[in-house]
Amino acid sequence: MSAAQSHYTGKRLERREDYRFLTGAGQYTDDITLPRQSYAYFLRSPHAHARIRAVSTEAARAAPGVLGVFTGKDVAAVGGLPCGWLIKSIDGTPMKEPKHPIIAESRVRHVGDQVALVVADSLAEARAAAALIEVDYEVLPAVTDTATAAAARTAIHDEAPDNVCFTWAIGDKAAVDAAFARAAHVTRLAFINNRLIPNAIEPRAANAAYSRGDDSYTLYTTSQNPHVERLLMTAFVLGLPEHKVRVIAPDVGGGFGSKIYLYAEETALVWAVKRIGRPIKWTAERSESFLTDAHGRDHVTTAELALDAQGRFLALRADTTANMGAYLSTFASCIPTILHATLLAGQYATPAIYCRVQAVFTNTAPVDAYRGAGRPEATFLVERLVETAAHELKIDPAELRRRNFIREFPYASPVGLTYDTGDYQPLLDRAVALADAAGFKARRAASAARGMRRGLGYSCYIEACGIAPSNVAGALGARAGLFEAGEVRVHPTGKVTVFTGSHSHGQGHETTFAQIVADKLGIPIEDVDIQHGDTGKILFGMGTYGSRSLAVGGTAILKALDKVIAKGRKIAAHLLEASDEDVEFRDGKFSVVGTDRAKAFAEVALSAYVPHNYPLGKLEPGLNENAFYDPSNFTFPAGAYLCEVEIDPGTGAVRIERFTAVDDFGNVINPMIVEGQVHGGLAQGLGQALLEGCVYNSDGQLLTGSYSDYAMPRASDFPQFAVELAKGTPCTHNPLGVKGCGEAGAIGAPPALINAVVDALWEEGVRDVRMPATPFAVWSALQAARR
Amino acid sequence: MQTFELKQPRSVAEAVRLAAADGEARLLAGGQTLLPALRLGLAVPGAFIDLSGLEELRGIRADGKQLVVGAMCRHAEVASSAEVRKRLPALARLAGAIGDRQVRNLGTLGGSIANSDPAADYPAAVLGLGATVQTNSRTIAADSFFTGLFATALRSGELITAVSFPWADQAGYCKFPQPASHFALVGVFVARFGKQVRVAVTGAGAHAMRMPALEQALAQRFVPEACDGVQVGSEGLNADLHGSAAYRAQLIPRLARVAVQQALG
Repeated sequence: MSAAQSHYTGKRLERREDYRFLTGAGQYTDDITLPRQSYAYFLRSPHAHARIRAVSTEAARAAPGVLGVFTGKDVAAVGGLPCGWLIKSIDGTPMKEPKHPIIAESRVRHVGDQVALVVADSLAEARAAAALIEVDYEVLPAVTDTATAAAARTAIHDEAPDNVCFTWAIGDKAAVDAAFARAAHVTRLAFINNRLIPNAIEPRAANAAYSRGDDSYTLYTTSQNPHVERLLMTAFVLGLPEHKVRVIAPDVGGGFGSKIYLYAEETALVWAVKRIGRPIKWTAERSESFLTDAHGRDHVTTAELALDAQGRFLALRADTTANMGAYLSTFASCIPTILHATLLAGQYATPAIYCRVQAVFTNTAPVDAYRGAGRPEATFLVERLVETAAHELKIDPAELRRRNFIREFPYASPVGLTYDTGDYQPLLDRAVALADAAGFKARRAASAARGMRRGLGYSCYIEACGIAPSNVAGALGARAGLFEAGEVRVHPTGKVTVFTGSHSHGQGHETTFAQIVADKLGIPIEDVDIQHGDTGKILFGMGTYGSRSLAVGGTAILKALDKVIAKGRKIAAHLLEASDEDVEFRDGKFSVVGTDRAKAFAEVALSAYVPHNYPLGKLEPGLNENAFYDPSNFTFPAGAYLCEVEIDPGTGAVRIERFTAVDDFGNVINPMIVEGQVHGGLAQGLGQALLEGCVYNSDGQLLTGSYSDYAMPRASDFPQFAVELAKGTPCTHNPLGVKGCGEAGAIGAPPALINAVVDALWEEGVRDVRMPATPFAVWSALQAARR
Repeated sequence: MQTFELKQPRSVAEAVRLAAADGEARLLAGGQTLLPALRLGLAVPGAFIDLSGLEELRGIRADGKQLVVGAMCRHAEVASSAEVRKRLPALARLAGAIGDRQVRNLGTLGGSIANSDPAADYPAAVLGLGATVQTNSRTIAADSFFTGLFATALRSGELITAVSFPWADQAGYCKFPQPASHFALVGVFVARFGKQVRVAVTGAGAHAMRMPALEQALAQRFVPEACDGVQVGSEGLNADLHGSAAYRAQLIPRLARVAVQQALG
C-alpha cells in the first residue's frame, strides 16, 4: 500500500534549485578552488592532419612558474580513450577502433588535438610556457568531407586505410527492394543533416587532486555521468584502482550530450596530478569548446519512400554516411546505428525498412550524441520524405500521415523496436486545430499580397528514450549496463535524503524527483533532499542522457521507496502490536486497517534509529534502502509539431510565425519543467534548422570557431511557442507511466521548419532547402529553382 | 594576457604628444574591438592611450547647419539624444542597433570609424550623410576618409575629435544582420539633401562605399520604387559563409528601398 493522494505530482512547482542558480550560489567546477592549486594549459594542433616529427619542450620547462610539461611520449603507455559501443559491419568484422591518445603521440588528427600539457603556478604562466614549445609538424593532406572521406587518398588511421570505421545495416533488404519494385509512387531525397557544436553555457572544466595520505584521487569535472567517467578512466585508460578515485560533477551548466564523454583533458589531469603533487585545474576557453567538445549530427543521406496508389507506405530505404570525426568518442558508434536506424518507422506502419550506415573518420573533432542523438536525424529523414510525398501526390500532409499511423500497440517495427503504447492521431488533430491550419490559406494569401511567401510544415516524431534493457543492448554491442541506481536514506527525524545516479545539469531533478518522493512518503517536499553527481556519495549511476532520468532514475528511486515502506510497515506493525499484513501506509501514516491506531512516518523512522521498542530479533535497525532498476524496454514519447513561416523571397529571410507542439510524454510530474524542456528543445531544434551549422574548410580549419560565425539562437529568432502536453498514453512498463521529454523538441522541430520553408517555395520549384536555412541558403535555393 | 602600460592623458594635446612619442601605442576609445583582439592575442600593444577622460571629446552639439558629435560619444548617448532623435532619427536608430547593450554603452563613434570595420554601422552614416571628420590637426571629408579594409585616411598618431553631420532633409538606414554576429551583412544608409541623394553601403565591400547608381535613381525620384530596377554589380564585394558577392549585391537595392521607406516616414 502506498500514498494514494498526490499533493505534488502533476503540480507546476517552481524549481527548488533555481534559487541558488539565480542568486549566484551555485557551485560549478570553475568555482572550486583547491589549496595549492596549479593550472593546466593544453597546447593544441593548428593543423588538421600532421605527423609530429619532434616536440621540443626545454624552453617551456625552464619558463617561470612551470611545474611540468608533458607530451605524447610521456603518456605513450597510457591507454586510449575507449568507445562504449561495439558495432559490427555487415561482413561481421568489428568496427575499427584506433587508439585515441590523451595527448597526441606521433600524429595530430584534427585542429585542436592536444599536443602538450603544461602545468604551472598560474594560467598565464602555463599559457606563456606553451608558446615556447616547438613542434616540428609534417603537414599531411586533410580529409574533412563526410561524403567523400571513404574515397580519399589519405588514411587518417593505419587501422582504417579507407577511413571507414564500419558499414552496418538493419532491415530486410530483399523485402524492401520487392516493395519498391511494385510501388505506385517513389519519393526520393538526398540531404545533409548539418553538423552542430553543442555550446553548453558552462564550458568543460576539471580540477584534479591527489592525496598522498591515502593514495586517492579526487576529480571535480563537468560530467553528466561521473560514475561512468570514473569507470572508463580507471579501468580502461589509466589503470588506477576505481575505489581510490572519486569523481564529483557538481553543478553543471548544460550538457546536451557533450558532457557524457570521457575526454582527454580531465584524464590527462588525473594522470599528471600525482606527478605534480598539487591539484591541477583546467577550464576550457570558449574557442577550445568549439574545437574539442564532441560535435553532433553530420550525416549525408539518401532516402526513398515507396507508396501504393492509396498513399500507403510500402517501404523505406535509406543510406547514410555518418562522420565520426578524428577518433571514436565514447558513444559515437551507436548514434547513427542503434539510435538512428531503429527509429526509421517513425509513427508509421511502414512494413519494410532497410538502412545502411557507413561511418567514416575525418580530420575533424569527434562526433557523438548531441540532444536527440540519432533520433533527430531519423525524424528528419522520415518526415522530410513523408511531407515531400504528400506534396508530390497532392495529398494533405496531415491526411497522408493519418493514413499511415500505427494504430495497434504494442507494435513491433521492422527495425527492431517494440513500441509499447501510443495514440498518434489525436496529437496531430490537436496540433492542426491549435495551429489553425484551416486558416492557413487565408494567411498565405495575405502574405502573398505583401510579396511574401508563407509555408506550413508538419512533423510527427517518435522518440525512443531510456535505452534498454541491458541484456538486449549488450547483444547489440553496448559495453555498459543501462540501469539506474537510487538510494533513499531516511534520517531519524523522518527527513529524507535521496541519492540518485541520474545527474541534473539543468533538468530540474531536485524538484521533480522530490515531488515523487514527497508524495510516495506523504511528507512535505521540504523534508526531501536530492543528491547527485558524486561517486563518493552515490552508490552507482549511469547518469543522464537519452531522456532517461525520470523513467529509469526516477523508477529506481521508486523501487527504493517501496523497500523503505515495506520495512516501515514491519516496524509499525511491531509498534502497533499488529501483524504486518494488517498495516497499511497512506498519507504519511502507517495504520492498522479499519482502526484509528496509527504511527506517523517520522515516528517509525525514529524507532528504526532508536530501537528501544523494536523487533531486533527479526529486523535490522535503520531505514536506508537502495535499488537498481533495469527497464524492460525503451519509452516512446511522440508528438505532432506544426511550423508556419513567412519568407521574404528577395532576401531569403525566414521568419517563424507560429510554432505549435503537442507532445505525449505519458504521465507528467511537473508540467512547468516539462514545458520548459520542450521550449529548450525546440530552440535547439530550430537552431539546427535555421541558424547553426559547423563548417570546416578543406584544410580542416574550423570556419565557425566563434560566435561571430556560428549562429546560436536568440530569443528574437522565435515566436512564443504554443506548447501543449497531451493527456497521452502512459508508458506501460515503468510504474510512473512516464516517458521522457528532454530531447523531443530538438528531434521534432527541424523537419517541421524545413517542411514549412519548402512548402512556402514549392510553387516556385524549390524541392529542398539545406539546413541551416539561413537567408543566403534560402535565397540560393530560390535562385537555383528559377534557373 | 600580455602586460601593457595604460596612459591616461588629461587633454587632447597631451594625448597627441603621447601618441607621437610612442608609435606603437594604441589609442583606446571604447575598446569594443581592441580589447577582444588583445584577449585573443591578435593585438599586443606595449601601451594604451586611454581617451575616456577627455571631456573635449564628449558631447553632442547642434546648430542650424549641422550636428557635431564628439568622438568619444558612446553609441547609447547618440541613440538616446533628444536632439538626434528629433532631427536625425536615422542616426539615432542606427546607433541604437549597434552590437548589444554593453557595446553601446562603451563603444564610441570615433573608435568605430577609426577602426573602419567593413561591417560596422557608423561608417555608412558618416559616408551617407557626407559628414566631416575633425581631427586634432585637420578636417577630412567622409568621401576620402574610408580607404580600405580596417584602413582610413588618419595618419599615425592622429586623433579624431568629432564628426560633423549636416542635417539631411530625410534619411534612413536598413541593416540586414549576419545571422551569427548580427553585424551588418549589408547595411544601406540613404540621405536626401534637397535634390541631392547620398547612398552609402556597409558590409558589402572592404569598407563603406557610396552607390552612385542608386543615388542617381533616387535623385530623380525619392521613392522606394526607384530602387527596384537598379542593378548593383558584385565585382569586388565580400563573400563568406553568410553570403556570396552576388547575394550581397542584390541585397543592396532591396535594403535601400526599405531605407527610403523609413526616410519618408
